[in-house]
Amino acid sequence: MVNPAKVLAFLDIFSNWDPSLAFVMGAALTITAIGYRLAWRRPTPVFAERFELPGNRSLDTKLAVGAVLFGAGWGLVGLCPGPALAALTIGGPPAWVFLAAMTAGALMFDLSPLAKLARKSSVAAT
Amino acid sequence: MTEFTPVSAAAGGALIGLSAVLLMAFNGRIAGISGTLSGAVFAERGDRSWRAMFLIGLVSGPTIYMLFTGHRPPFEMTAPLPLIVIGGVLVGFGTRLGSGCTSGHGVCGLSRLSLRSMVAVAVFMSAGAATVALAKLATGG
Repeated sequence: MVNPAKVLAFLDIFSNWDPSLAFVMGAALTITAIGYRLAWRRPTPVFAERFELPGNRSLDTKLAVGAVLFGAGWGLVGLCPGPALAALTIGGPPAWVFLAAMTAGALMFDLSPLAKLARKSSVAAT
Repeated sequence: MTEFTPVSAAAGGALIGLSAVLLMAFNGRIAGISGTLSGAVFAERGDRSWRAMFLIGLVSGPTIYMLFTGHRPPFEMTAPLPLIVIGGVLVGFGTRLGSGCTSGHGVCGLSRLSLRSMVAVAVFMSAGAATVALAKLATGG
């Protein structure tokens, strides 16, 4: 998942498709889906007062537009936020440029009025 | 383009899942990287340290991989510089606007059966696949 060539080969469904990433996702989902339910059996997390889960349920334009922009950037380079950070020590200058641009993109959002609106509706405790 | 590697892929995925489960069990938080990163700067004071620790762990990942395997994890990034910059900005802005990426919406959101995450994942996977297809057409590949 950290190797952009692997990611692009996974997204390349119309020609030389490499389905490896589906196995990353499948295994991660299996462990998380079961593990979350076990974790939620406790009334609270071990080190925190409550489980903080996103409370927003609305399918809005921001969600869709954000996902389109993210998908486009992911498809251009083959890096998403987690791997971009993990690539810091192995990716060299191109990975650093990507991380800097990604941080700049996130800042554009976080410093814009859109972020304040999002913060109001994002987190609700269970 | 690349070799099919289901075993290492599933092993890596299981570790990602374990990481998400531990963060929920101990800290009660969603392991979404884009939000965790942004919150490390913008969240309230008491809400920052777990984010910093989680991110330090993530950045250390490849080093730990090298200690176990004795070689660097493969990394091939072929996009030209202007596309790296454009792609980076799109990923940074898009994940914040859409409230999540492959980890927050993908791993954690789908595991919670969140409808928003299901829509987000379907949209960003389609947009990613469309972008790769268009880029191939544009470059004559």
